[in-house]
Amino acid sequence: MTGDGGSNRRGAAEAAPATGDLLVALGVVGLAAVVLWQAWAIPVSPIYAKVGPTLVPIMAGLGLLVFGAALVVSALRGGWQPKDEKAITPDRLALGWVLGGLALNVLTIGPLGFTLASVLLFVCVTRGFGSRQPLRDAAIGATFALVAYLGFAKTLNINIGAGLIENGIEWLIATFKTGWRGR
Amino acid sequence: MDGFNGLITGFGVALTPMNLLWCLVGTTLGTAIGVLPGLGPALTIALLLPITFKVEPQAAFILFAGIYYGAMYGGSTTSILLNTPGESASIVTSMEGNKMARNGRAGAALATAAIGSFVAGTIGTLGIAFLAPVVVDWALKFGPAEYFALMILAFTTVSAVLGSSAVRGLAALFFGIWLGLIGIDLQTGQARFTFGVQELFDGINVIVVAVGLFAVGETLYNAATYRNSETKITPLKGSLMMTKLEWKRSIGPWLRGTAFGFPIGAMPAGGAEIPTFLSYYTEKKLTKYPEEFGTTGAIEGVAGPEAANNASAAGVLVPMLTLGLPTSATAAIMLSAFQSYGINPGPLLLQTQPALVWGLIASLFIGNVMLLVLNLPLIGLWVKMLQIPAPLLYAGILVFATIGTYGISQSYIDLILLYVVGIIGYLMRRYDFPTAPVIIGMILGPLAEQNFRQAMTISAGDWTVFFTRPLSLIIIIIALSLVVVPKIYAMAKESQRRQNPAR
Repeated sequence: MTGDGGSNRRGAAEAAPATGDLLVALGVVGLAAVVLWQAWAIPVSPIYAKVGPTLVPIMAGLGLLVFGAALVVSALRGGWQPKDEKAITPDRLALGWVLGGLALNVLTIGPLGFTLASVLLFVCVTRGFGSRQPLRDAAIGATFALVAYLGFAKTLNINIGAGLIENGIEWLIATFKTGWRGR
Repeated sequence: MDGFNGLITGFGVALTPMNLLWCLVGTTLGTAIGVLPGLGPALTIALLLPITFKVEPQAAFILFAGIYYGAMYGGSTTSILLNTPGESASIVTSMEGNKMARNGRAGAALATAAIGSFVAGTIGTLGIAFLAPVVVDWALKFGPAEYFALMILAFTTVSAVLGSSAVRGLAALFFGIWLGLIGIDLQTGQARFTFGVQELFDGINVIVVAVGLFAVGETLYNAATYRNSETKITPLKGSLMMTKLEWKRSIGPWLRGTAFGFPIGAMPAGGAEIPTFLSYYTEKKLTKYPEEFGTTGAIEGVAGPEAANNASAAGVLVPMLTLGLPTSATAAIMLSAFQSYGINPGPLLLQTQPALVWGLIASLFIGNVMLLVLNLPLIGLWVKMLQIPAPLLYAGILVFATIGTYGISQSYIDLILLYVVGIIGYLMRRYDFPTAPVIIGMILGPLAEQNFRQAMTISAGDWTVFFTRPLSLIIIIIALSLVVVPKIYAMAKESQRRQNPAR
């Protein structure tokens, strides 16, 4: 992410800090802080135990803290990623489409049901990967989602987020079955 | 029960028509996901974990074992034809295999990989059958202190020794351990790290984390790099029938690769990378055709590492079944499948569930035969799968990932967690953190805590128990030296380099 092209990993002292690496390292330290804070907050049980419920959580927090700190040091010395990896800038637009699709899926899966939400997700992801045929993708996505839905719902007898379309199909299957039997 | 009688029992279980069908489904599915770039056995088994509520344990494990072995076969096809190794252990296969394919010898490369996988898988499975009872005899003497020490050994090797960086591996491991701690503490009944969210009281489902890391994270990473990576499928050329000379050049590497892979995989430390690289360098040294290595592609460089990879995959099942100690992400997910049945893998598993364990082992033999047929005569089918356009493939993966988590639990919390873990998984890929330690830490962490507490209770709170029991002490010393010795060695080399700067 950082464009310090002249950075040399051997000359550690002069190398500029790597911003991306540093943010990730600080994220690990931040997580360690949350873990330790929450570990102290675990009420110690009155039930007798040689090792209480807080010991291992505190060790996990300390572990994250130690290695997070080591990562911060490494990031300040120019980062740990090899130069050619650093040079690749992630395709923000593609990431945006996929992340947007995921957010949209969270919002729509309840009200619209699994199939419609999946079609939206499918179209966003294919767009992120450079596809320019949203209608074709929507058709493929709808087929795929319906097959998957019926596969899960029918073979495993698990009900996954039914919405308008699913209920419609269930209704069709049901009427078809009763109609068949009626003859 | 010794290996021989066990196998007879096992074949009785595995050869029933229903279980044969499960095995066929598993091996086919395994090959398919092995072929598709971006999908792996850990993800697939995680997505299929809900079937543990519906089918018998025997059937489920035969299915999972088929997926596990099948993914190894399928993965070699992708590394040879596409040169994008799906996992680190197939990097070596792609080095020589893809060169062979570019020089019109794809057929021979695929054949030696498949037959080598068969040879190694069969010998490796025999190894499980005869080694497992021996390990069990040993393991019955282990107490909680020894188990805790073994888990520390597995933790350190999986995160600190096998990856590219000990610091990032261990950070990933502690992240996983923390994820595993979330929920009600079973011993004291206290809620830990639940942030008051009711849904977290039962802990985070491993499906959510595995699918988030391996499906969502992988898709995000591929989306971010897709534009810059043009992968080309090398056309399938050359006869699938190996010539007499090719057979002659393959047999030695197959056997040597198996000899590297199985013992290293069976150690409580695990890892397929070391044996595949060992095999590659051995074959490079021993070959009569050194000029083919790295230029036109040498068949020995495909045969040996591919055998080593599969033999170590078989070896990994030994500590998993006998000690309950998973040393790969896939084995960790399988362990959670055992837990979902209320079965605890460990030395008693062979006694309490002989039909399950031996049925599983026998089905591995049958699966290997099926995989040989699926992967040689039917190879054209899998090559077609490689042609699925990336946009559709990854969109499909995300839709499936959503079904596998939200569809099962109907919980918004799970869906949001899935995507958040996915974003973390993307950052981990982007910043070169290994993801397998997260899964292993999550599954093994609570077990390690349990053994730690039991050991401390038995010793009446005496911390030294881990160092005064000889076996536990030895294991801990091995674990520590595996981390520390390479560091000291590197530091010594560095200071040497500074003293005499060779220019």
